[in-house]
Amino acid sequence: MTGGIDFAAFRSEPAANALVGRINRLTERAGGTSERPIALMEVCGTHTVAISRFGLRAMLPPGLRLLSGPGCPVCVTPLIEIDRSIAAATMPDVIVATFGDMMRVPGSHRSLESVRADGADVRIVYSPMDALEVARKNPAKLVVFLGVGFETTSPIIAATIVAAAREGISNFTVLPFFKTVPAALDMLAAVPGRPLDGFICPGHVSVIIGSDAYLPVARDRNIPCVVTGFEPLDILAGVVMLLEQVVAIREATGSAGVAVQYSRAVTPEGNTTAQGLMDDVFAVYDAEWRGIGVVPATGQTLSKKYEMFDATKRLEIDVPTPVGESGCICGEIMLGRNLPPDCPHFGAACTPRSPVGPCMVSTEGSCAAFYKYEQGWRSGDPDGTEEK
Amino acid sequence: MCLAVPGRILEVEGTKGRVDFNGISREADLTLLPDAEAGDYVLVHAGFAIQRLDEAEARETLKLFGELAEALEQEDADRSDRESS
Amino acid sequence: MSEKKIRLAHGSGGTLMHELIEDLIVGRLGNPALDALDDAAEIADLGGHAIEGGLLAFTTDSFVVQPLFFPGGDIGTLAVAGTVNDLAMKGATPLYLTLGLVLEEGMAMPDLERVLDSIAMTARGAGVAIAAGDTKVVERGAVGGMIVNTAGIGFIPDGVNISGARAADGDVVIISGTIGDHETSILVAREELMLDTPIQSDCACLGGLVRDALDACDDVHVLRDPTRGGLGTTLNEIAARAGVGITIREDDIPMRQDVRAVCDILGFDPLYMANEGKAIIVAPAESADAILAALRANPLGRDAAVIGEVGGEPGVRLRTSVGGLRPLLMLEGVQLPRIC
Repeated sequence: MTGGIDFAAFRSEPAANALVGRINRLTERAGGTSERPIALMEVCGTHTVAISRFGLRAMLPPGLRLLSGPGCPVCVTPLIEIDRSIAAATMPDVIVATFGDMMRVPGSHRSLESVRADGADVRIVYSPMDALEVARKNPAKLVVFLGVGFETTSPIIAATIVAAAREGISNFTVLPFFKTVPAALDMLAAVPGRPLDGFICPGHVSVIIGSDAYLPVARDRNIPCVVTGFEPLDILAGVVMLLEQVVAIREATGSAGVAVQYSRAVTPEGNTTAQGLMDDVFAVYDAEWRGIGVVPATGQTLSKKYEMFDATKRLEIDVPTPVGESGCICGEIMLGRNLPPDCPHFGAACTPRSPVGPCMVSTEGSCAAFYKYEQGWRSGDPDGTEEK
Repeated sequence: MCLAVPGRILEVEGTKGRVDFNGISREADLTLLPDAEAGDYVLVHAGFAIQRLDEAEARETLKLFGELAEALEQEDADRSDRESS
Repeated sequence: MSEKKIRLAHGSGGTLMHELIEDLIVGRLGNPALDALDDAAEIADLGGHAIEGGLLAFTTDSFVVQPLFFPGGDIGTLAVAGTVNDLAMKGATPLYLTLGLVLEEGMAMPDLERVLDSIAMTARGAGVAIAAGDTKVVERGAVGGMIVNTAGIGFIPDGVNISGARAADGDVVIISGTIGDHETSILVAREELMLDTPIQSDCACLGGLVRDALDACDDVHVLRDPTRGGLGTTLNEIAARAGVGITIREDDIPMRQDVRAVCDILGFDPLYMANEGKAIIVAPAESADAILAALRANPLGRDAAVIGEVGGEPGVRLRTSVGGLRPLLMLEGVQLPRIC
């Protein structure tokens, strides 16, 4: 326990059981059944892992289904960016620095892990500042840091770029394929062909962008949004708050809005310093999401002012346009239209050891989380709801 | 989407701070929290402090969870009383 | 074989390593002594000469740890403890080791002396003698300083029958102390992570601790040291070997707060972190208290705890701290610092 806050208390079983009791009652009142369950989407991959890792799915009633959204930054990175990262790693006098998440994602032919095994200089770092240190120590090399992440991660890379500019470390560059959340939620809310009754909004992205960022989608799409923390009790409490809004909408006593369960960390306006850094260092563009397509205004690349830190402007990285996808339905899964067991490859040709699609490779991909942590799919009951 | 871990700032030096995580201490960059001070609880993501945690809110949340648990235990106790009487 | 080239993950103790061993190695070299795939082989006769009152235990291990020196130990302590513990996990009394050194051109002599001192001290502590050895030198940069191999023999007295295959429904699963200490101390020793912590490797010889447990219960079924791949992987090996189910309770697993903090910071799962001074003991439920008392009386077992039971559907499951139930699979690949 770190001084004043006892974080272990966020995992107490009695409180969990109490919350599950409320969820059961509210699901019933909202009219959720196993035929037409109330569908809540957790947009963040860290939520997907926490839900599965703590075995929460099997604690929930059959009338409630948790769908995994496109919440893992690695999974949504288009194949051409993976191929560019791998190509950069094989160029002379280049050092690629990256978070561990990108190492095993299969490109069209290779992965960073396999090119490293053949001698490419690929370094795994904990922080972008470590990558800047690599650039300081290797002035004769061009360091390319892989710019993957949502609004929790992109501002700290923006701060690193500003530090590089201040110190004149010109051999530090970033290959930018950051994604942003709010506009993506609007797209997800508009996806036909599957019911969606609420968003479990990403806790740490919201620390940066503030909970007010979800007001447009809640209002325009009439869909409840609750910003939730990552401890099991946070998640269960977030589900209770969402169900309370669903019941209010169905009983016409209220409308969709934005609520904050993760109140110890998230404010309405967010971290304005971080937002200022992003506005200064990045420019917004219409980004491609792997398996989903282009989603307007959801990409961050480098602004004109910091163009010299853009690896694509400093290196001639030309890679052939990737041929079609590998026949996996990761896109459908990320849109919440399917659960991993609906995919023919899942658990057969596609396993964590021999991943076919990105959602199985990344530790936060919905398929990897489902394969590793869900009890039900092995016994033919994908929701695992019979496992009480 | 993003792992961030709560810790407590031990000391601040310019834009850097020493943060304690249950007995581990590590330097964290405070550029995103210009007015963070020693003693603050912060969330750290990939070496950067990205938010100051509101201790009062944290205790409020924990109090709520505690009350829920007690309410359930009370319910169970009442039910077993009814069943046994 | 799913891979065309050797990858780091083949060495992580997880599923790829098992595929390499079962498909490539055992397939070609299999024989009764090897096929058991326990921590040490049991040898009943020496080319027609019977062994009086028991069996010979025989095993080997190589050590490639980087960096060579870490809080609480070094490659020397590891090289002795690793093989002594594999012998102890068969209920054998460790007797003799061989020592194979591969030194790198340019290694500092004081470092070599320091490692050899550790080997001497640890061997003395475990009551084993270094009976034979070999030394080779390779070009600079080939092995990261030095790598060490040790092989060991020990004596398994009659009546001691310990193997992964003997886990049975109704048994309890005991761990002799906190998990994740060793691998965390290695992470901390790598300066680029810049973690400042008092965590020490738990690297230690377990011969004495095992003797205490066997004195307390004469029907211990399984003894395993959860090294590479950690608790999760080793439990899966036991469950597969004996064709049983195992359910463990997250809240009962002893773990240091600071080890959990390092795992949270880097995004690692402590259930897969390597340990070099811990034992998993699977034994009948009625002997649980006796075994726990014996372990806790020994400094190496002061945090020992019952963490679960054998039973139910084959495979390993985890009862989480909030009461959820989910599979606990073998380690897949290598754990890397990650952001999401």
